[in-house]
Amino acid sequence: MASEMTSSAYISHHLTNLTFGAHPENGLSFAQTAQEAAEMGFWAIHVDTMLWSVGLGMFFIWMFRKVAKTATSGVPGSTQNFVETIIEFVEDNVTSIFHYKNALIAPLALTIFVWVFLMNTMDLVPVDWLPFLAQKIGEAFGADPHHVYMKVVPTTDINATLGMAFAVFALIIYYSIKMKGVGGFLAELAFQPLGKWLLPFNLFLEIVGLLAKPVSLALRLFGNMYAGEMIFILIALLPFWAQWLLAVPWAIFHILVITLQAFIFMVLTIVYLAMAHEDH
Amino acid sequence: MNINLTIIGQIIAFAFFVVFCMKYVWPPITGALAERKKKIAEGLDAADRAQRDLVLAQEKAMSDMRKSKEEAAAVIEQANKRANQIVDEAKEKAREEAARLVTAAQAEIDQEANRAREALRSQVAALVVAGAEKILEASVDADAHAQLVEKLAAEL
Repeated sequence: MASEMTSSAYISHHLTNLTFGAHPENGLSFAQTAQEAAEMGFWAIHVDTMLWSVGLGMFFIWMFRKVAKTATSGVPGSTQNFVETIIEFVEDNVTSIFHYKNALIAPLALTIFVWVFLMNTMDLVPVDWLPFLAQKIGEAFGADPHHVYMKVVPTTDINATLGMAFAVFALIIYYSIKMKGVGGFLAELAFQPLGKWLLPFNLFLEIVGLLAKPVSLALRLFGNMYAGEMIFILIALLPFWAQWLLAVPWAIFHILVITLQAFIFMVLTIVYLAMAHEDH
Repeated sequence: MNINLTIIGQIIAFAFFVVFCMKYVWPPITGALAERKKKIAEGLDAADRAQRDLVLAQEKAMSDMRKSKEEAAAVIEQANKRANQIVDEAKEKAREEAARLVTAAQAEIDQEANRAREALRSQVAALVVAGAEKILEASVDADAHAQLVEKLAAEL
C-alpha cells in the first residue's frame, strides 16, 4: 500500500472513517475525502465505526446469550466456563466497589468490559487487511478504491468512546438525582468542598469535576487506542522485512493495553456510579 | 475525527447491549453460578454428614461386636458349667447304680450263701445220721431224732 501513495496519504487514509451523510454539495453520499467528511458536519455517520462496534456488540450478546440459555449449575462446558470466568471477574469488581442494590450496574460493567475489549482487539488485526478487503469490495461496487475508507477499531473513533461516556454520564446524573433528589444533587454541587460561603467557587469546581468524568473516560480510551493504532500504521510504513521487529513487541504490549483500557473504563464507570449513589 | 451522528448511534447501540445484557444474559448466568455454589455447599455438607455417619456406624459395629463376643463368652461358660453339671450328675448316678448293684449282688451272695448253708446243713444232718447209723449199726429213727439232728445242724 505504502508504495502506491505517499506516507502522509497512507496515514490519513487509515485515519479517515467511512462517512455517510448529507454533503452540502453532493447530497446524501459517502464522503470521498476527509475534507468532505468534515464538511458534512454533524449530520453524518461513520459507517465503519457503527458496523464494527455493533457487529462486535452482537457477537458479545450472541455468545453470552448462548451460554445464558444453556447455563447449567452442573459441570460447565468450556464456553460456559470462559463466560463464567469473565462474569465472576466483573462481579468481584462490582461488589468490591459498589455497595448499593442496583441490578443495572453489574450488567453495565460486563457490557462495557467485554464490548470495549472486543473493539480494542480489532487493533491487533494487521492494519492493512480489513481496509484492503474493504477497498476490493468497494471496487467491486464501482467505487474508487482510494476513497473507500475503513477504520476497523471503533475505539479509535472519538464518537464511539464519547457515546459510551455520555451514556455513563447520563446514568451518573440520573442516579445522583434519584438517590439524593434534585436538591441533594444541587447541594452536593454547591456546598462542597468548602461550605456555603464559597458557593460560586464550589459550584465551579464541582461542575468541572462532574464534566471531567465523561470527558476523561472518553478521551483516555480514545487516546490510548488512537495512539496505539497510529504506531501500528507507522510500523506498517517500514520495509516489509523489518516490520515484525517492531510490530511483534508492540502487538504483545498492546494485548496488555487493550485489556487494561477495557478494565479501566469498566472500573471508573462503577466508581462514578458508586459516587452518584453516595449520600453525604 | 469529526463528531457527528455516530455518537448518537453509539449511545443507542450501547443502551441496547446493556439492556439486553441486563435482561437476558446476567440473570441466568449468575443464577446458575449461585445454584452451583449452593449445590457444592450441599455436597460438602452431605460429605461431612456421611463422614459423621460412617464414624457412628463404625462405633456401633465395634460395640455390637464387643457385645456379641461377651454374649458368646457367656454362652460358652454356661455350656461348660452345664456340661460339668451333666458329667457330675452322670457320675453320681453311676456311683449310685454301682452301689445299688453292689448291694443287690451282696444280697444275692448272702442269699446264695444262706441257701448253700441250708443245703449243707441238711446234707450234714443226713451225713451225721448216716454216720451215726454206721457207728451204732442200728437204724436211727430219723423222725425220732430229727430234733436232735436239727439242733446239731444248727450248730454247724
